[in-house]
Amino acid sequence: MNSPFGNPDRPNSYIGKTVPRPNAARLVQGRGSYVDDLVLPRMVHVVFVRSPHAHARIRGIDADTALEVKGVLRVFTGADIAEVCTPWVGVLAHLKGLKSPPEHALAVDRACWVGEPVVAVVATTRAAAEDGAALVEVDYDSLPEVTDMMTALEPGTPVLHTDMGDNLAFQRLHDEGDVDAAFANAHTVIAAHFQTGRHTGVTLEPRSILVDWNPGEGQMTAWHATQAPHMIQVVLAEHLGLPESRVRVICGDVGGSYGIKVHIYPDEIATAAIAKIMARPVKFIADRLESFTTDIHARDHEIWGRIAVTEDGKILAFDIDDWTAIGAYSVYPRTSAIEGNQVVNLCGGPYDFKNYRAKTTVVFQNKTPTSQYRAVGHPIAVTVTEGLVDMAAAALGMDPVEIRRRNLFADDAYPAVSPAKMRFEGLSHHASLTKLVELMDYEALRADQAEAKSRGVVRGIGIASFIELTNPSPFMYGIGGARISAQDGCTVRMDPDGSIVAASSVTEQGQGTEAMLSQIVAEGVGVLPGQVRIITGDTQSTPYGGGTWASRGAGIGGEAALLAARALRGAILEVAGAMLQCPSGTLDIRDGAVVNMADGTDRMPLSELGRIVYFRGDTLPKGLPRELVQTRHYTPADYPFAFTNGVQASYVEVDTDTGAVKLLKHWCVEDCGRIINPQLVDEQIRGGIVQGLGAALFEELHYDAEGQLLNGSMADYLVPMAGEMPDMIIAHVETPTLESELGAKGAGEAGTAGAAAAVMNAINDALRPFGGEVMAMPFTPERVLRGLGMLKD
Amino acid sequence: MKASVGGYARATDLRHALDLLAASDGMGRVLAGGQSLIAALNMRLSSGDLLIDINSIDALKGVSLDGNRLRIGALTRHAEIANDPLVAQHAPLLRKATDLIAHAAIRNRGTIGGALAHADPAAEFPACILALDATIHVEGPDGPRDIPASDFFVDVFVTTINDGEILTAISLPMAEAEERQVIHELARRSGDYALAGVCLVRRAAGHRIVCISVGPRPELATAAMARLDAGDTDGAVAALRDALDPPSDTQATAAYRRHLVGVLLHRAIADLNGETA
Amino acid sequence: MTAAFSDRIDIALTVNGESVEARVPAGRHLVDFLRLDLGLTGAHTSCEHGVCGACTVRVDGQAVRGCLMLAAQADGAEVWTIEGLSDTGAVADLQAAFVARNALQCGFCTPGMLVAAADLLAVGGVPDRATIREHLSGNYCRCTGYEAIIDAIQTVALARSEKGVA
Repeated sequence: MNSPFGNPDRPNSYIGKTVPRPNAARLVQGRGSYVDDLVLPRMVHVVFVRSPHAHARIRGIDADTALEVKGVLRVFTGADIAEVCTPWVGVLAHLKGLKSPPEHALAVDRACWVGEPVVAVVATTRAAAEDGAALVEVDYDSLPEVTDMMTALEPGTPVLHTDMGDNLAFQRLHDEGDVDAAFANAHTVIAAHFQTGRHTGVTLEPRSILVDWNPGEGQMTAWHATQAPHMIQVVLAEHLGLPESRVRVICGDVGGSYGIKVHIYPDEIATAAIAKIMARPVKFIADRLESFTTDIHARDHEIWGRIAVTEDGKILAFDIDDWTAIGAYSVYPRTSAIEGNQVVNLCGGPYDFKNYRAKTTVVFQNKTPTSQYRAVGHPIAVTVTEGLVDMAAAALGMDPVEIRRRNLFADDAYPAVSPAKMRFEGLSHHASLTKLVELMDYEALRADQAEAKSRGVVRGIGIASFIELTNPSPFMYGIGGARISAQDGCTVRMDPDGSIVAASSVTEQGQGTEAMLSQIVAEGVGVLPGQVRIITGDTQSTPYGGGTWASRGAGIGGEAALLAARALRGAILEVAGAMLQCPSGTLDIRDGAVVNMADGTDRMPLSELGRIVYFRGDTLPKGLPRELVQTRHYTPADYPFAFTNGVQASYVEVDTDTGAVKLLKHWCVEDCGRIINPQLVDEQIRGGIVQGLGAALFEELHYDAEGQLLNGSMADYLVPMAGEMPDMIIAHVETPTLESELGAKGAGEAGTAGAAAAVMNAINDALRPFGGEVMAMPFTPERVLRGLGMLKD
Repeated sequence: MKASVGGYARATDLRHALDLLAASDGMGRVLAGGQSLIAALNMRLSSGDLLIDINSIDALKGVSLDGNRLRIGALTRHAEIANDPLVAQHAPLLRKATDLIAHAAIRNRGTIGGALAHADPAAEFPACILALDATIHVEGPDGPRDIPASDFFVDVFVTTINDGEILTAISLPMAEAEERQVIHELARRSGDYALAGVCLVRRAAGHRIVCISVGPRPELATAAMARLDAGDTDGAVAALRDALDPPSDTQATAAYRRHLVGVLLHRAIADLNGETA
Repeated sequence: MTAAFSDRIDIALTVNGESVEARVPAGRHLVDFLRLDLGLTGAHTSCEHGVCGACTVRVDGQAVRGCLMLAAQADGAEVWTIEGLSDTGAVADLQAAFVARNALQCGFCTPGMLVAAADLLAVGGVPDRATIREHLSGNYCRCTGYEAIIDAIQTVALARSEKGVA
């Protein structure tokens, strides 16, 4: 049940206000502390020799000349590391049938993708380690490679992991209602083939880890750019044979993550293993070029979709056949099957319809492993769904807004269950669409489009509704056996001067986690946000928890903080009641002072209460509790996931001679439940949208048939830059979840989920009068021109 | 990655630079703006290079008039070309091109001499100076040598500069009173290498057309120039497309580039004629 | 004659207004020199081939890519990093605007963005949004989507022009 945060005149009303981020001032002064900024005594650097082959037997390794390089200290092979580090298997029990072979930190006798780490070279400087790595000679026997997704299961294709029998990692079919009958009886059926480009995250800070092992204490410390310190602690402990209590993971400033930094990477685990062997600090900072072949990839899907509609535009059925290839291993411990699984869960998500069939087929290939990247599966599902809906509308001669109004779940339909069996507590599709149409002045924009057309300027408007999965309960990973916490905790303490320290298990990667927590704790205790110091990112000094991913920081970590802050408030007021000789229920804490609840009269500053408790406890009644530190945890339990919703719109201009697309403007109305800091939410949405715009226009990893990555640099893999990005208008509808006091759901995926689909629909709106259509992302100038039929050869 | 450099020396004057180059036993690399060279070194595309830093040589800097020609020192940086009034007046094509080259911080360091010696067919300046019929001045152990732009570019990253020679300057005929110079290109993002581009110059002697990113080196599109001289725009576009055999890569196919070049030539001609492109 | 080439170079320069003398490896780029030799970790290395802009610093009054200039080339130069620009207050208004507008998230691009922005504003006047976007077109930010950064810079440009300091 929610607390009443709606009244802006309530005391200590920080939830819902824009307050500055406490860590921003430090970052603009260049006083951040990222892993590569750290230097420890006796620190050494590790560089990895990586497989140049997509698939090859490792016959021998000769490191003699490498060891002669000045500064090179040690060279490690897969066998060396395997002596101290056990392999892992990226499967989850609830993803039935998912299989993947054991994966080692360094390849032991076979390399399975270009970039897989094979040998580690340790030296006193990064440059010396690179000099050494260049001289390591690995004798490879190349093996037949599997690179094409759509032929991976054909009999003639070699089997990548022969023990497994075939190249199928995972398959799931969901069938609800009578899909075939719905299609047979439909007025209009649309079929289309969509492709989403293979992406990678391109965090500006490359993957980074610095690990020290102190055999004297039996203590491992890892400074790690990660989203999930406790998960890393579990993995290091388990695979290096250490008690969890003897592994400390510290996560300082992180230069962007977006899901990239929530996975187990072989080179990072190898770094920890080397630290354990060498008993000194070992630093690994991924080079930008190796980032492209080793950071997880994502979104490489081909989807055949069909939609059946009635004459008046009611959706009868969706039929989705999704294919994805995930590289050579399912990534540990979250697996690489979640993305395809999400496509099955999320297609058709905003719409109230009855018949749904979706299948995902997940295959192995000799490429960099894929896994969860921001808005996992959402952009694919939204692209397919919204693309089909727009095509159906066009076939019926219906406006894209109108067909959505006729099919979106009604705002009073909740609780509801989708044909994919997703449970919705409360969404606001219609309110959001209405707000969007007003915000963009849809009619005026259509008029502008027509006016432009009269001048020979081709423009298009695209709309995409979406749902977003947030706040995962243990049903996402824990149920499948993964030691990934769905719970988060917060410890809130009052220091003698009345200032507050709150340690939380959710982490900060720039989203504003610490600002959000400071607002919640300030309101929950009754102090100013500036009086709250937030501690995150250290397994030794924060409660146990999951970290920051799947838009769970505010919804789960924030709720734990609220509960802990309120508990501290109660503890403070209990002491205050005894000191002031009145019932504690007649007192309140406001702006850092104890006051009368009724009229706000000042009774005592918190510093006085702190002085008495900590230094003159003898003056308090014996037996009076004086626990000015309180810890609370929170795990979502009522629903497997929270769902949010929203709708985006894009206005584009297409140069029909060159195929170039210009983004004119973008809109998003989004419902993330309780908004804690409006500015931070808006900027999450904007940043997310631009990652989606990258998908729409720019981002795609290209491989050749031999499994060689062709555009693995920032000059060749095009990320969105300032020059091409539009201004974005953001607005909100607020439907708090009733499951928690706070009511927050999460906002991290929404922008990315819907942006690419909105752009696709806008381009197709522009191309439709010319008989053109595009369905393969990114929409490069060439693809747009081919979509127009202007390029034949 | 970290560059693996064999050595570095700061040349005090051109003679010193030439001596260093002569002494480098084939491992010498002239370091001008470094905006391509240092990137390549950082990617370890080569190692053990002996770098000859010419940035201190004042004689290689600056823009001047030399009789009836505009002379641009090899060390003149892109940002200086962008803001130089002599360039704006006498070689407006180069000024326009600077808007399209990379980004502000790169333009603050990159030099025209470096760009030409690097001879990247996807870069703007090589195409521009051929379109402008410039002369490249080099200095070697045996003294100075002048190379017409039409004889300068050989292949991707290959020019007719000999071992032991250093590019010192370029000179250009000053734009005629009625001369028009335009550059049109399409890049995926601002500052990226273009998918294709067209430099078009119209002077009394006729039109000059050179394309960007369509082959191993910039070349005069003579057939298209002849059609354009004859007033046949569509014929020029067709001739240009026919003459090209552009590369395919992850950004675009040859077919797309061939199409695009025609569109860009149309637009360049319209621009030349003062029409809306 | 190859003795004229050295693999260790002596340099003398000023960094953030302080005199520095050092002997640097021939191949060490300026940002590594600042970070590893001087402990100035504000400028970041990310791509090391001049594409991302995270290493942008000010050399002799101009914004340059710190990864595309060798430390050896900085002999005699005047180098300013975000640390020095913070200490002097030279970009205090930009920093305040970035914080107020939340024009940064992870902060990794921010020092380079600020140096690039200062470079643009040094020209004077109030650039329009397209000009600001173009000037920042070589500075990658994966977090913000750029709009807040453009807003912050535009706000400062307006404020400076109103104060007549532009």
